[in-house]
Amino acid sequence: MSFARFAVTPDPLAVDRVAAELEREAQRVGEGCGALNAFVGVVRATHKQRRVRYLEYEAFVPLALKAFAKIEAEIREEWPHALIAIHHRVGRLEIGEASVLIVAASAHRAESFQVCRYAIERVKQIAPVWKHEFFDSGDAWVEGATADAEDEVARRRAKEVACA
Amino acid sequence: MRVNVLLFARLRELAGASEFGCDVPAGATIQTVWQAAVASYPALAEFTAAVSCAKNEDFARMTSPVADKDAIAFLPPVSGG
Repeated sequence: MSFARFAVTPDPLAVDRVAAELEREAQRVGEGCGALNAFVGVVRATHKQRRVRYLEYEAFVPLALKAFAKIEAEIREEWPHALIAIHHRVGRLEIGEASVLIVAASAHRAESFQVCRYAIERVKQIAPVWKHEFFDSGDAWVEGATADAEDEVARRRAKEVACA
Repeated sequence: MRVNVLLFARLRELAGASEFGCDVPAGATIQTVWQAAVASYPALAEFTAAVSCAKNEDFARMTSPVADKDAIAFLPPVSGG
């Protein structure tokens, strides 16, 4: 029985549980698991020198889960023995809460850093998730990349960042 | 034929609707659907150069053809993480 490697959820993200479950699965792959690498994105109190009160995240959930699965397939091409879990929070988040959790598992440490970094770069490029910031006066949607899952230039850029 | 349009985030706010039906002629592409959406909700026009799309919950291209009852989602630039 495998756990949910990919999730979009209104519930708080559970770093320890996801890391432990991924580690258990990774022990069965290749040389086994020698490294876990977790990235946790958290809600920052400022954006461009404005004080942020809280955030709301919105997602197109079925497509976000497909984007995470696509990122996993890309990782399997480059790093065949690494495993990845991607969980994204939606709804209202307070300052300091975790918005995204990425865990990479591999036999050796170098690969786990690369896979983790690649995954967060790709999440930012293609996952249909939107951040809405609320300030003391007013609010604003944050607009990053135009999501194009087939853009090979973006994919290559993510790999360069991951392997720098 | 008639397709169902889904809007998210700022697109949803600009249109004041998250979902609506849209009639398009045979041979239409997602681009045709976008043009019809902009005709109904002119405020969407500012996103014409930056929007991306999905068809029936899969990534698609603006040049993809559409069929009756397809669900076409328009996505403003993303900002997850």
